[in-house]
Amino acid sequence: MRISFWGLALLALALLAMAALAFGAVPLPLADIAGALRGAGDPITVSIVRDIRLPRAALGVLVGAGLGMSGGALQGTLRNALAEPYLLGVSGGAAVGAVIAVASGITQPGIVPLAAFLGATSAVILVLVVARVAGGGRRADTRLLLMAGVVVGAFANATIMVALAGAPANLVRGALWWMMGSLADAGWREARWLALYVIGAGGALLWLARDIDLLALGEEPAAALGVDVDRAAPRIFLIASLLAAATVAAAGLVGFVGLIVPHLVRAAGVRGHRGLLGGSAIVGACLVLAADLGARILRAPAELPLGAITALLGVPFFLSRLRRLA
Amino acid sequence: MIRFDQAVVRYPGASRNAVDGVSFVAERGAVTAVAGPNGSGKSTLIRALIGRQRLSAGRILIDEVDAAGIARRELARRVAVVPQREEPVFPLVVRDYVLLGRYPHAGSWGTTTARDLRAADDAIARAGAVELAARRTDELSGGEWQRIRLARALAQGGDGLVLDEPTTFLDVAHEMAAFELVSSLAAGGMAVLLVSHQLNLVARFAQRIVLLDGGRVAASGAPDEVMQAPLLEQVYHWPLVVSRDPAVGSPTLVPLRGRGQ
Repeated sequence: MRISFWGLALLALALLAMAALAFGAVPLPLADIAGALRGAGDPITVSIVRDIRLPRAALGVLVGAGLGMSGGALQGTLRNALAEPYLLGVSGGAAVGAVIAVASGITQPGIVPLAAFLGATSAVILVLVVARVAGGGRRADTRLLLMAGVVVGAFANATIMVALAGAPANLVRGALWWMMGSLADAGWREARWLALYVIGAGGALLWLARDIDLLALGEEPAAALGVDVDRAAPRIFLIASLLAAATVAAAGLVGFVGLIVPHLVRAAGVRGHRGLLGGSAIVGACLVLAADLGARILRAPAELPLGAITALLGVPFFLSRLRRLA
Repeated sequence: MIRFDQAVVRYPGASRNAVDGVSFVAERGAVTAVAGPNGSGKSTLIRALIGRQRLSAGRILIDEVDAAGIARRELARRVAVVPQREEPVFPLVVRDYVLLGRYPHAGSWGTTTARDLRAADDAIARAGAVELAARRTDELSGGEWQRIRLARALAQGGDGLVLDEPTTFLDVAHEMAAFELVSSLAAGGMAVLLVSHQLNLVARFAQRIVLLDGGRVAASGAPDEVMQAPLLEQVYHWPLVVSRDPAVGSPTLVPLRGRGQ
């Protein structure tokens, strides 16, 4: 069961990565891609593969891996099958940051992602503070973290609507497009930047996976088994949220991945969190690559919003597995 | 082995102490039971022991060393605590669940070693749960679930075992089986601390009963000393008689009908 899951997941990832390089405005045969990767062949093909499609695929892999791991860690730590980074204020905070940047008319590249990242981290810190204050100084009550996340997210959404209510149409459209997520602006700069986060934060989460195993049992059993719950739970929450915030800064809001991917991996029989996080990284990467292919191909030459496609792909998949999800 | 020394807990904003100067010892080789009405502070003691509730005063000592100065994992290697409430959101295979009891022994990366596997299988066997090892935790009945939780505690490998209401939801046979198991563990040298409402069973299996009332120790001693009708009536606020069970010879509490007092 387990071996076949890992084999299948890696095979799917390899196939989807090849497809991501092959399909697009100009379909490329595999032989040309192989040559272009080595730098040989038609310079235009080389440029398409190396400068456009490869960074885009890399960014897709990183966004999916980051969201999948973040969701898996949050679901286990908060003991909630519906927990995901976007439910917990990350997306709302990121959107507020981005909308503020767009509304202030700043056009330098890199500013909107930076503002989104700052917005998301502010929201996450706000969630931690709200949960701590509401808990009367007790540091970690995972239910409070969850509720604080939902409330901060709702507040952020309301802020965005107020900000956009009187805004000119082009501004609203720009903000909306960003909120729907896209890999269209992918370059090596974004991919490299996100890779740092995925390796750093993802590695940290893998390191803490045994703690998540125990936190998933509940605060008291975890404490009884020697976990420092008051430190471990907020730490994991913060790392997972930062990871999600980094993906949002790189590609906008790509919904549903963090929610659905850990469920799929669990349904495949992987239950320890080290395996679950690793599996979620691979399956998350597959989902985002597949969705991005759909976004590019379905209405070519126009591009569809990536976040909408992940949801369109994810929902039926999720529904079909619902009976077997645990 | 586990000693509460003048332990005091006051919850923030509370008008009185939830635990108010409680002292007693759970020795190795014996079952020590903590009983008392709802809200008498039993579970607060457990929460204090696992560090989820800070003591306002007093100490908890493990082999005469202040538990506050013992690292959490070290503590978990010496004393296994099975809290009352536990509901896994994501079910696990039983053997993997029991393996979580090896967490306090793991290195920082937490790899499962052959020794961990042996300890888990041994614990499953001691808890009488071999036939459950490959099942999933969400397929277990109440009695099976309690055995598995006990197995996880045994996998921790310490010689202190603390159980908070281990027989809630169990039928007569499973309840007896659980008490028999706990009793044999104590006979094998473990220090067993048992929080239980089942006074009559506790009187048969425990060597010592600590009766709590309003956060204080109302009585403490051998079952015969604690199972006194006037004392129990005063603590539980209910008319009752204590007789000697004709079948097993232990003191037995029989609550009376109607609030005559």
